[in-house]
Amino acid sequence: MIPIVEATGFGVSLAGSSVLRGVHLQVHRGEILSIIGPAGSGKTTFLRCINRLSDLVPGTQVSGTLAVEGRDVFSPGTDVVDLRRRAGMVFAVPNPLPRSIYENIAFGPKLTGIRSRDRLDEIVERTLRASVLWEEVKDRLHTSGTKLSGGQQQRLCLSRTLALDPKVLLLDEPCSGLDPISTAKIEEALQDLKKTLTVVLVTNNVKQAARASDRTAFFLMGEMVEVGETGELFTHPRDKRTNDYISGRFG
Amino acid sequence: MKQDSAIRLILLGLAMSSVAALAVITLFIFREGLPIIFRQGPGSFLFGSDWDPGAEPAAFGIFAMIAGTFAVTGGALLLGVPVGLGSAIFLSEFAPRKVATILKPALELLAGIPSVVFGYIGMLVLSPFIRDHIGGSGASVLAGSAILGIMILPTIISISMDTLRSVPRSYREGSFALGATGWQTTWKVTLPAARSGLVAAVILGMGRAVGETMAVIMVTGNTALVPKSPLSPARTLTANIAMQLNAAVGEHREALFACGVVLFVIIMVLNTFANWVAKLGKRA
Repeated sequence: MIPIVEATGFGVSLAGSSVLRGVHLQVHRGEILSIIGPAGSGKTTFLRCINRLSDLVPGTQVSGTLAVEGRDVFSPGTDVVDLRRRAGMVFAVPNPLPRSIYENIAFGPKLTGIRSRDRLDEIVERTLRASVLWEEVKDRLHTSGTKLSGGQQQRLCLSRTLALDPKVLLLDEPCSGLDPISTAKIEEALQDLKKTLTVVLVTNNVKQAARASDRTAFFLMGEMVEVGETGELFTHPRDKRTNDYISGRFG
Repeated sequence: MKQDSAIRLILLGLAMSSVAALAVITLFIFREGLPIIFRQGPGSFLFGSDWDPGAEPAAFGIFAMIAGTFAVTGGALLLGVPVGLGSAIFLSEFAPRKVATILKPALELLAGIPSVVFGYIGMLVLSPFIRDHIGGSGASVLAGSAILGIMILPTIISISMDTLRSVPRSYREGSFALGATGWQTTWKVTLPAARSGLVAAVILGMGRAVGETMAVIMVTGNTALVPKSPLSPARTLTANIAMQLNAAVGEHREALFACGVVLFVIIMVLNTFANWVAKLGKRA
C-alpha cells in the first residue's frame, strides 16, 4: 500500500540556509505519527510543506521529493487547493476566523460549492461531535468563534478542518497553549479519528507523543534522527541523541 | 526627579498650546460666523440657493456651494476609492514584499505634492482634455473630482494598507489551509476583518476632499450655481471663502465665516464618524 505521506531525501532551505536535510519518512494510513524534537529542529517546516503552506514564506526552496497519496506535492501540476483539502491543518495557536462557530466550520465546505443548508447543518454537527465540542456549543452555534475559550477554539479549528474530509490531519503543536483537560479532549478526539484518517502530530510535549501516537519520529537540527514504534523508541532509542532528548537532557 | 518634573511641565505646556490653538480657532470661527446664520435663519442660509453679496439687499444662501462641495467630493470618492482600495489590497496582499516596500513610500510622496501643483496640472491638462473630448467648458465638477480623486489616494492607500497589514497572519493561514485561494482569502477573510479600518480610510479621504481648496479653485470654474451635470462648473465652500474673503467686509465677511462654520461641522462629523467606526472594529 502506498504510504499516505512519503518523504524521500527531502530537504528545505530558507533564503539559502538549510533548515531540513535528507528526511526519509513514511506515514502509514490510519496511524498517528508524532514528530518530536527541540525548537528549531524543522518539525513545523516539514509539516507545512506537506500542505504547501510553505508557499506563504517567500524564499523557500525544496529538494528531494515529498508525496501525499503517491502524488508529488511540489510538482508544477499540483492542485494546491485540492492538496490542502486532502491534508488539513490545525495550528499551534487557535485561529478561528472572526465569524460564528457555524460559519467557521461551513467556510471550507462552502468554498467547495456546498450550499445546501441541510448538508452544512449535518457537517457542522458531525465535525463538532468528532472534536468533542458539540455538547458545549450546540445552543450557540451562531455566536462568534473567537469568543470561545482557548481549548474550545482549538477544537473548533479541528472541526472546521474535518469539515473538508481530509485524508491526513496535520497538527502543529495543537495543545501547546491548552490546559490538561482541553488537551485530554483533543487526544480523545484523535483516538476516534484515526479510525478514518491519518494524523501527523508535531508536538513539543514528549509525554503527549508517548501517550497519543503509534509511531514517533525524532527531529534534531534539521535532520530526522530516527523513527520507530512509539513504545520502542521511548524504551530503547537507537540513537544516543534521541535518548538524551526524551530523558530530558536537552530541549 | 527635579529634572523629570521640569520636563513634564514643559511638555505639558507644549501639548496645551496645540490644544489652545484649536480652541482659539474654533472660538474665532464660530464667533464670527454664527451670528449671521441665526440672524438670517439657518434654513435660508443653508438651503437658499442665491449667493449675491453685491446685490441690494445682499443674498447669502450657500446651498449651491454645499451642493458643489458634495458633488466634487462624491465624484472624487467614486474615482479615488476603487483605485485607492485596489492599490492597497494589491500592495498588502498580492505584491511581492520588495515591490510593496518601494511603492508605498512612493505613493505617500503623492501627499507631499503641493495642491497648487495638482491644480496647475488640472488647469493645463485635464480641463482642456475634458473640453475637447467630453464636452462643456472644461472647468467642471468632473475636473475637480478627478484631481481630488488623485489627491485623496495617499490617505486612502496608506490607512487601508496599515489596516490590512494589521489583520493577523493566522487568519490568512487558516483560510489558506482550508483550501481557499488567494483571492477568496482576501475577499472572505482579510477584507471583512479589516472592514472598519477601510471605512475609516475612506471617510478620512473624504474629509481631505471636502477641505481641499486651491486645486479645486483652479479647475472647477467657480460658478455659484447648483451643478446640473458632471460637466457643469461648480463652486465649493472652501473655494467660496478663499476667493472672496480678501474683498469682503461687513455681512459678506460674516457670511464667509459662516461657510467656515459649516465646513468645520462637516469635517468634525466625518472625523468623529471615522474614529467611531475604527473603534467599533477594534472591539469586535
